Amino acid sequence: MDNRQKEIDNLKDYKYGFTTDIENTRAPKGLNEDVIKFISNIKKEPQWMLNFRLKAYERFKQLKEPDWQKPKYPKIDYQDLYYYSAPKSMKDKPKNLDDLDPKLLETYKKLGIPLQEQKRLNGIAVDAVFDSVSVATTFREELTKQGIIFCPISEAIQNHPELVKKYLGSVIPVTDHFFATLNSAVFTDGSFAYIPEGVRCPMELSTYFRINASNTGQFERTLIVADKGSYVSYLEGCTAPMRDENQLHAANVELVALDDAEIKYSTVQNWYPGDKDGKGGIYNFVTKRGLCKGKNSKISWTQVETGSAITWKYPSCILKGDNSVGEFYSIAITNNHQKADTGTKMIHLGKNTKSKIISKGISAGFSDMTYRGLVDISSKATNSNNYTQCDSLLMGNKCGAHTVPYIKNKNSESNIAHEATTSKISEEQLHYCQQRGLSAEEAVGLIVNGFCKEVLQQLPMEFAVEAQKLVGISLEGSVG
Amino acid sequence: MKEQLQKDFDNTIKNLTLSQKDIEIKKFYLDNFINKGFPNRKEEDWKFSDLNQIIKKNIGEISFYSDYTSTNKVDTSAFVDGLEHNKIVFINGRIEKIDFDYEKKDQIEIIDQSETINKFNNNSSLSDLNGAFTNKSFKIVVKKGYQLTKPLIIYHTTNSKIWSKNINLRLNFELYENSSLRLIDLFKDTSEKNFINIFYNFDLKENSILKNFKVDKFENKNIKYSFNNIEQDKNSISETFILSSGSNFCKNEINCNLNGEYSSAFVNGIFSVNNNKLHEIRTIINHLTENTKSYQLIKSVLEDSSRAVYQGKIFVNPKAQKTDGYQLSKAILLNKDSEFNAKPELEIYADDVKCSHGSASGSLNEDSIFYLMSRGLNYQQSRELLINGFLLDVVEKITDPEVKNLIKNMIGIKE
Repeated sequence: MDNRQKEIDNLKDYKYGFTTDIENTRAPKGLNEDVIKFISNIKKEPQWMLNFRLKAYERFKQLKEPDWQKPKYPKIDYQDLYYYSAPKSMKDKPKNLDDLDPKLLETYKKLGIPLQEQKRLNGIAVDAVFDSVSVATTFREELTKQGIIFCPISEAIQNHPELVKKYLGSVIPVTDHFFATLNSAVFTDGSFAYIPEGVRCPMELSTYFRINASNTGQFERTLIVADKGSYVSYLEGCTAPMRDENQLHAANVELVALDDAEIKYSTVQNWYPGDKDGKGGIYNFVTKRGLCKGKNSKISWTQVETGSAITWKYPSCILKGDNSVGEFYSIAITNNHQKADTGTKMIHLGKNTKSKIISKGISAGFSDMTYRGLVDISSKATNSNNYTQCDSLLMGNKCGAHTVPYIKNKNSESNIAHEATTSKISEEQLHYCQQRGLSAEEAVGLIVNGFCKEVLQQLPMEFAVEAQKLVGISLEGSVG
Repeated sequence: MKEQLQKDFDNTIKNLTLSQKDIEIKKFYLDNFINKGFPNRKEEDWKFSDLNQIIKKNIGEISFYSDYTSTNKVDTSAFVDGLEHNKIVFINGRIEKIDFDYEKKDQIEIIDQSETINKFNNNSSLSDLNGAFTNKSFKIVVKKGYQLTKPLIIYHTTNSKIWSKNINLRLNFELYENSSLRLIDLFKDTSEKNFINIFYNFDLKENSILKNFKVDKFENKNIKYSFNNIEQDKNSISETFILSSGSNFCKNEINCNLNGEYSSAFVNGIFSVNNNKLHEIRTIINHLTENTKSYQLIKSVLEDSSRAVYQGKIFVNPKAQKTDGYQLSKAILLNKDSEFNAKPELEIYADDVKCSHGSASGSLNEDSIFYLMSRGLNYQQSRELLINGFLLDVVEKITDPEVKNLIKNMIGIKE
C-alpha cells in the first residue's frame, strides 16, 4: 500500500508520467560501426541506407559537440546510451489493431490517442511511434486512395526507395551539425509522407511520439515531401513518461515543398520537463529544416514548446524557389528550472521570397528563455521581405529572457524589419481580471493566452484547444 | 609575428622609464597578446569583421614600434574653425600638445600615468596589445562642480611618415560630482595602412555629464579600433555620438556600466560608408541597478560594396528593476553589393523592465522618390533629400547646440 501511495505521489506532478512494462530488444550499449550495422540489419535495410548511415558516422567522429548555446547541460556520454530499443512484441508486425499488445493500447488510451473507436470520429490518421518502432498506421487506405503515402520511414525505405533516396538528406545533409549527423547515423524510425502532384491532403496527418525505454536516446527521422501543387498539414505532439535521468532526443525533420506546394507543420511539445528542482527531464535537441524548393512554395512552422528540461532547436526555412514563403510561429514557455534556446532561421535565396517570424516567449520560476534567430537575405534574393516580431514576458525576478537575432541583408532591394519587446504582466491587467472574479492564476492564464493568441490561431483546431490548456497548465504555480 | 612583437617590445621599453614592476606588467600583456593574436571570426564579437584577416589583407607585415623621441610639427590649419575649443593633439600616436586655454587651470588636472600602468576593465587581446605598447597615457580629471566652458577636441592626426604601423593610445577621464565635459574625437589621416588602437576609460561620478562625439569623417586607408569604457554613478549622463565614415575599417565599441541609480546612457551613431569599407559599432549597456535608462539609435547609409555591422546588447541585472532600454537600428542599402548585418541582443534577468529593440534594413522608398520627383526634383536631388532627412534624425539627437552645428556643417547636412 505504501509503495502504491508513493507511486501515485510521484505521478501527481506530471499528467502523462507513467511507463508501460514491455520487454525491449536493445542494441548493445554504445556507438560504433557494429551498432549502426545492427540497427540497419534489424530494419532489413538495403545497402545504400547502411552506406548513408556509415557516411554520417564517419563525419560524426570528426565533429565536436557545440557549446555556444545558452543553456548548459552536463556532458553526455554518447558511449553510455542505447541506440536501439523496440518493444518485443513488435518483432512481427501486427496485421490489425486487435493484434496489438493490449498494454500499448492502454498507454495510448491514457494519452487520448484516437487509435480505436475514436479514430473515425476524429478524422486523424495516426502514425503512433512507441519508442522507436512504429506500431500501427490507421487511415492508410483512405490516404492510399488519393495516392498519399504516409507510413513509418523504415517501411518507406523498403517500399518507396526511389523517393527516400532522392529526398532523405537533401535538406539536412549527412555532413550537417553534430546532433543532426548523429541522427543520420543512428535514426531508428519516424514518419514519411509523400503528397503527390495536385493533391490536397484531406486530413491532418499526425504522429504522437513517446519516449519509453529508459536510457534510450530517441532518434526520430521525419521526411515530408509535398509534390507540385499539393498541400499537407502535419501535426506532431509529444508527451513522455517520467524519468529521473536526463534523456537525449535528437530528431531530424526534413520538409521538401516543390512548385506551388504548401506544408504546414505544427508541434505541441510537452515532454517531461524535470521536477520542481530541475532534476530529470528531456533534452530536446531537434533539427528541423524545410526547403521551399519550387516556385511559389510555402512552409509554415508552428510550435508550442512547454516541455523538456532543455529545448534547443531552430525550425528553419530555406527559401530557394522564387516567390516562396516561410513562416514561423512559436510559443515557448519555461517554468521552474526549464531552459529553452529556440528560434528560427530564414534563409532567402530566391527572388521575391517572403518570411514572417512571430515568437512569444514566456519565462517563469527560475527558468531561462532565449530567442535566437537568423534572417539572411542573400544578394540574389531580390525584392524579398522579412518581418520579425519577438516578444518576451517575464514572470518573477528569478528568470531570464533573452533575444539574440542575427540579421543579414545583402540585397538592396529587400527589406527586413525586426521588433522585440520584453515586459511583464501589468498590475492593472491583473487587477482588472481579479476584480471581475478571476483568481490570480486564472487571470494570468487569460492574459498569457491573449499574449499568445497570434500563434495559437495558427494551430489546427485539434491542437488549438489542447495547446491553450497546456499554456495554463505549464504556468501553474508561477504566480502568488 | 612573435619575433617581431618581441623585438618591437624591447625597443619600446628601452625608450620608456619604467619600474621593474611596470615592465613585468607590460610583459604580461605582451605574452597575453602573443597567445591570443588579433581577434578573428571564431570569436563571437568579431563574427562579422575578422580583424586578423583585415590586417593581413590591408597591412600585411605590421610593426609595433614607433619612435617617439622626435617631435612633430603641429599643423594649426587642421584645427576646427569657428568654434573655440581646448585641444589635445596626437600626431602619429605621440601627444604633441595639451591645451586647456579656456578653462580654469585649478579645476582640471592632467596626470601623467605612463609610469603607473592601471588595469583596464577588458581582457580582449586588443586591450593586451594596447597595454603592452602604449607609450604615454594620461589621466584627465575634471574637479568637483566644474563644467568646462568650451569643448575639448582631441585631434587624432597621422601623416605619411608612418606606414604599416600599429599605434596604441590610452586616455583616462575622471569626472567628479556635478562636473561636465564635452569631448570631440576628430580623426584626420594622411597616412595609409596603419592600425590604430584606442582605449578610453571614463569614470563618471554623481551628477556628472559626459558628451563624447567621435567623428571619423575624412577618407583614409587606415584601420581603426576604439573602445570606450564608461562607468556611471548615480544620476550621471553619458551621451556618445559616432560618425563612422572615413576609414577603411573602423570598429567602435562602447561598454557602459550603469552602476548608480537614475544614471542614463545614450548612444547615437551614423554609418555613412562607401567603396569597400567595413564599419562596425558594438555596444554593451549593462543595467546594473534600479531605475537606469539607455537609448540607442543607429542609422546607416551604405553605398557601393560597403558593409556595416551593428551589434548592440542590453544587459539587465536581476537587481535592475524599472530599467528602460531601447535600441533601434535602421539601414538603407543603396547598392546591390552593400550589406548590413545586425545583432541586437537583449539579455534580461529582471521582470519589471521596459526593453525593446527594432531593426530594419532595406532600399530607399521608391514611393517617396516618386513623390519628390512629381514635385519637380530630379532623381539625384530626391535621393539626397531623403538620405539627409534619414541621417538628420540622428544628428538632431545631439543635445549640445554648438557641437550639433559643427557636425552638421561637417557632413554637409542642410536643414
